[in-house]
Amino acid sequence: MNLELSSSERSFQHEVRNFIAERLPSDIAEKVKAGKELSKCDFLRWQAILNEKGWLAATWPKEYGGTDWTPVERHIFAEGCALNGAPRIPAFGLNMLGPVLIKFGTEQQKREMLPRILDGRDWWCQGYSEPGAGSDLASLKTRAVRDGNDYIVNGQKAWTTLGQHANKIFCLVRTSTEGKPQEGISFVLIYLNTPGVEMRPIRLIDGSCEVNEVFFTDVRVPVGNLVGEENQGWTIAKYLLTHERTNIAGIGFSIRDLRRYHKLADQIVRDGRKLADNPVYAARAAELDAELEALRVTNLRMLINTRDGAAGITESSLLKLKGTQIRQALQDLYRSALGPHAAPIAHDLSEDELSVPAEAARAAPIYFNHRKLSIFGGSNEIQRNIVAKALFGN
Amino acid sequence: MDFNYSEHHQILASSLRRYLADTYSIDDRGQLAYRAPYHSREIWAGLAKMGILGAFVGEQQGGFGGTAQDVLVIFEELGRALCAEPVLANLLCLRLLAVFPSSDLLEAVIAGETRMALAVCEPQVSCDLTCIETTARQVGRSWFLNGRKSAIYGAPGADHLLVVARADQGLGLFLLESPQIIEAAMIDGGGIAELVMDDLAVKLIAADCAREIEDALDIGRVALCAEAVGAMTRLIDLTVDYLKQREQFGRALASFQALQHRVVDMMVELEQCRSITIAAVASYGTSEQSRLVAMAKNLVGRMATKIAEESIQLHGGIGMTWEYPGSHYAKRLVMIDHQLGDQNDHLLRLIKLNKGGAQATAV
Ligand SMILES: Cc1cc2nc3c(=O)[nH]c(=O)nc-3n(C[C@H](O)[C@H](O)[C@H](O)COP(=O)(O)OP(=O)(O)OC[C@H]3O[C@@H](n4cnc5c(N)ncnc54)[C@H](O)[C@@H]3O)c2cc1C
Repeated sequence: MNLELSSSERSFQHEVRNFIAERLPSDIAEKVKAGKELSKCDFLRWQAILNEKGWLAATWPKEYGGTDWTPVERHIFAEGCALNGAPRIPAFGLNMLGPVLIKFGTEQQKREMLPRILDGRDWWCQGYSEPGAGSDLASLKTRAVRDGNDYIVNGQKAWTTLGQHANKIFCLVRTSTEGKPQEGISFVLIYLNTPGVEMRPIRLIDGSCEVNEVFFTDVRVPVGNLVGEENQGWTIAKYLLTHERTNIAGIGFSIRDLRRYHKLADQIVRDGRKLADNPVYAARAAELDAELEALRVTNLRMLINTRDGAAGITESSLLKLKGTQIRQALQDLYRSALGPHAAPIAHDLSEDELSVPAEAARAAPIYFNHRKLSIFGGSNEIQRNIVAKALFGN
Repeated sequence: MDFNYSEHHQILASSLRRYLADTYSIDDRGQLAYRAPYHSREIWAGLAKMGILGAFVGEQQGGFGGTAQDVLVIFEELGRALCAEPVLANLLCLRLLAVFPSSDLLEAVIAGETRMALAVCEPQVSCDLTCIETTARQVGRSWFLNGRKSAIYGAPGADHLLVVARADQGLGLFLLESPQIIEAAMIDGGGIAELVMDDLAVKLIAADCAREIEDALDIGRVALCAEAVGAMTRLIDLTVDYLKQREQFGRALASFQALQHRVVDMMVELEQCRSITIAAVASYGTSEQSRLVAMAKNLVGRMATKIAEESIQLHGGIGMTWEYPGSHYAKRLVMIDHQLGDQNDHLLRLIKLNKGGAQATAV
C-alpha cells in the first residue's frame, strides 16, 4: 500500500497550481472566495481558459477533446481548482450530458454537440424532475408523442438549476405508458428557443433565484434529438445520475471550506478569546477534519479503478451521502462561528459597515442554500434506499 | 405540581393567537418582515393595545404581569405565528426600565407609543458582559460613549436605544435618544442594526447594573426558547401535514417508516425543549437561574437547528423555496440560536458553572 503521489503526479499537481495562479482571473477568484453569485460570463471566461489548455473535460476520453486523466489526476485537478478559488464549471454539459453522449449518442450527435459543450456555445440544463415526480423520477408525466419526424412534447419540469443561463435542456420524457413506468421513458435534447417552451424562476430560501420551472406546450422536437433508443431512456438516466452523484461529494470544496473556517477562527474574537482557542469550536473543527480526511481516502479508494469518472452505483451513493453531510456540517460550523453577525442579509451592508470580514458576511445565506445538497441529485434518503437495496435485495 | 397554564394565561395565549391569526398571516409577514422598517406600526399598536407589552412588567411598575411565565406564554404564540415584530427588543428594555424607573419612558413603551431596543452586543462580545469594551465618560453632569455596538435586534425604527457601556463605577446603562444607526434586514425577517459611537452624548440610567442587565438578558433567552418552542410546534405540524399529503412511489410519504421515525425524533426533541424551557421559567429569579437558562438556550439552540434542517429535508425541494412558509420557520429557528449567546456560548457557560458547583461540593 502506498498513499504517496508518484513523482509524475506530484509534478502534475505543481502544474495545476501554477496554471491556476497564472490564469484564473482575480476578480472571479475573489467572487468565489466571497461566496458571491457568478455571472454566466464569469463561468464562460474560466471555461474558455480551461478549454484552451485542454483541461476542460476532465472525464472525457482524448478523442473527443477530453483529458484522459487517471482518477488520481482528476482528483488532483478538482482539489487544485477548489482550493484556489476557481469556479466549478456547471456540470450539466460537461459531466452529465457529455459522458452520456459519448456512451449512448450517435456519431452525428457526438460530432455536433460535444464541441459546442466545450467551447461554451451550449449551456445545458437538466430536465429530470417534475412537480409530481421528484424522488420517484419514473413517475414523470411530460409526454412526447411521435408525429412524423418530430416528437410533440407537453408537460412541466421543475427545479432546473441555472436554466436562466441555458439554451438547451436534456429531458426525460414519457414516450409510452405501457409496461413498468421505467420502460416508457426516453432521453431527448430540447432547444429552449423552440416555440412553446417557457421558463419561470423559483426563489429559494436564501432569496436567490438559481432554479426554474420549465413549461412545454406542443413543443416540436426532431426525432434526431433522441439519445439512445425510444423507451430506453431509464438506463441513460441512471448512468447520468452516477456521474452527478460522484461529483456532488465535492471534497475539494470541503477542504477549502475547512481552511476558510480556520482562517476565520483565527481572526474572530468572541467573548474574550479567539475562536481558534475556543475548545468547543476547536473540537468540532477537529472532528470534521478527521471525517474529511477519511472521505478523501474513501473517494480515492472508490474511484481509483474507474475509467470513465463515475463510481459504481453503491459507491456513488455513499460518496454523495457522506460528502454532502460533511459539506453541510462545515457550512453550519462557519455560520455558527459568526455568532450574532450572521443575522443580517449581508448585501444590505457595505464592507465598512460590517462587523465581520466581508468574506464571512454571506455565511448564513450560503448555509441555507447548501441544504439543497442533501435533496438534489437524488435525496440522501433515496441514496440510503439504493444502498439498502444492494445490501438486502428486493 | 401543575404544568397547566392558569386561566389568565390561557386567555392571554388564546387571544394573542387569535389576534395574530387575524392580522398577521404568513403572506403579510413576507411583505413586512424583509423591508424597512421590518415590521408593522399597526400590528405593534395592536399588540400594545392587547396588553402584550404591559404583561412584561409587574403591577407596581405600571404593568400587569412581569413573571417569566407571562413571557413564556406570549413568546410561544409569537413563535407559532412567526411574528417578526420587535417584541424581544422591547421586552429587554422594559425589564430594565422597570428596575430603574427614571423617566416616563416605561409607560410610553407599554402603551406602544415609544419603541426601544437594547444595544449590548459588540463585534467581539456575544454574551459575556465582562468583555464589554464600549466606554462611558463623565464630564460634569454629561455622559459620552465611545465604541461600537452590533447585532442590535429590533433597532430599525426604534425611537431610542438603551446602551450598555463600561463606566468607572461598573457596567452602566445609558439612554440614547433618536440614534443614528446602520440598519439591515435579517435573513429570517425583522431588522437589526450596528451603532458606531464617537463621543456620543447620552443620558445616564444606571451607572452600575451588570446584574440587572444579565437578568434582562436571561429573560430574553427564556423568551427566545419559548419562541422556538412555538415555531417548532408549528413547523412539525406543517411537516406532518405535508408528508400525509405528498405522494411518491404511489403512496403517501407519511407511510415510509424511515420518514415516520425522523418525525418522531423531532417530536421527542420538541418535548425536551418544552421541558427545559419550563424549567428555565421556573428557575427565573432563583439561585438556579443562570444554570437552567444556559441549559435551555444550549438545548433549544441545538434542537431548533436540527428540527429546521430536518423539516427542510423532509419537504424535499419545496422546503427550499421562499414561497413555502416552512422555509421561513426553518430560517428563524436556526437564527434564534445566534441571539443572546448561542448553543456553544451557553455550553461554555454551563461548563464554567458546573465546575464552580463541583468545587463547592468538594469543600
Ligand atoms: C436547489 C435544487 C436544485 C435542483 N436542480 C435540479 C435540476 O437541475 N434538474 C432536475 O431535474 N432536478 C433538480 N432538482 C430536483 C431534485 O432532484 C428533487 O428535489 C429531488 O429529487 C427530491 O424530489 P422532491 O423535491 O420532489 O421531494 P420528494 O420526492 O417529495 O421527497 C420529499 C422527502 O421524502 C423523502 N422520500 C421520498 N421518497 C422516499 C422513500 N421511498 N423512502 C424514504 N424517503 C423518501 C425524500 O428523501 C425527501 O426527504 C433540484 C432540487 C433543488 C432543491
